[in-house]
Amino acid sequence: MGQPNDPRGNLVRPYAVTRGRTEPRRDIPIEAVLVASQAAVQEARFAGHDKYRIAVLCEPRAQSLAEIAAYSRLPLGVARVLVADMVADGMLSLHSAAPKEGFTERMDLLERVLSGLRKL
Amino acid sequence: MDFASSKRAGAQPKEITSAKIVVAGGFGVGKTTLVGAVSEIEPLTTEAVMTSAGQGIDDASKVPGKETTTVAMDFGRITMADDLILYLFGTPGQTRFWFMWDELIRGAVGAAVLVDTRRISDAFAPLDYFENRHLPYLVALNCFDGAPRYEPEEVREALAISPNVPLILTDARNRESVKQVLVGVVEHAMRTLVAEQGRGFPAPVG
Repeated sequence: MGQPNDPRGNLVRPYAVTRGRTEPRRDIPIEAVLVASQAAVQEARFAGHDKYRIAVLCEPRAQSLAEIAAYSRLPLGVARVLVADMVADGMLSLHSAAPKEGFTERMDLLERVLSGLRKL
Repeated sequence: MDFASSKRAGAQPKEITSAKIVVAGGFGVGKTTLVGAVSEIEPLTTEAVMTSAGQGIDDASKVPGKETTTVAMDFGRITMADDLILYLFGTPGQTRFWFMWDELIRGAVGAAVLVDTRRISDAFAPLDYFENRHLPYLVALNCFDGAPRYEPEEVREALAISPNVPLILTDARNRESVKQVLVGVVEHAMRTLVAEQGRGFPAPVG
């Protein structure tokens, strides 16, 4: 696997960390943020290097899937598989992306974002 | 929020909502510069791996032998409150990666299409893309030093931008100027939402 002449090229190597799985257990939006508790970080010590690193990253402050992929130097799809596993195993809590439906919910969010931008 | 983990998570703070705004435009138009002007972190890069056939992100392991390409997207972050984070995502410069744009705009608040007046034709493909999507967007003319300055209305006409799409001038390096672009995107999204509500559309995003 991953030899220079391997026709699968370098795509296979990133997925070695997911043992070849390319489908996440659940879809996670690129901007959804994840948080790990201190207890979860301890638990992740036994979950392998990549998952431990992700838990450590998400303990001091919430990080989006995109940030996790960037800081871990993992392709987005690989990070999504690992993060979905960690959510399923209770090592990360998944927070919500912006509401897509409901006039009031969407308007409330837009108002909060607008006021946040004006305060920058 | 996934409360399956709340037992181990202990006293979890409140739910954190994250929103995103997409910054689109041709290659080298200043998307990353714009993101960096307001982001609290140095813009980061995330990469997706795809097949040459563009059959799906990170899905090439199912079709061994296909050539793979890496698509890079730069993004930034603005933490607005302990329960609200705004992300700014730049689209991949190469317009052949449309499927990646689809993923980026899903659930987005809105988008800004950045246009370089020195290479105005680079804006056709991104504008076409948003023309056919259900996402509020505006056009921001990036005024580089020494760039030929056109009147905004000349640009609107040249690019056939519809009258209900806001068009503003910006300097992607300038924080205040970029703030105004983002404020413009959100205000336009609010107007669009109100108009849709008035017409009784449920109007899904993305």
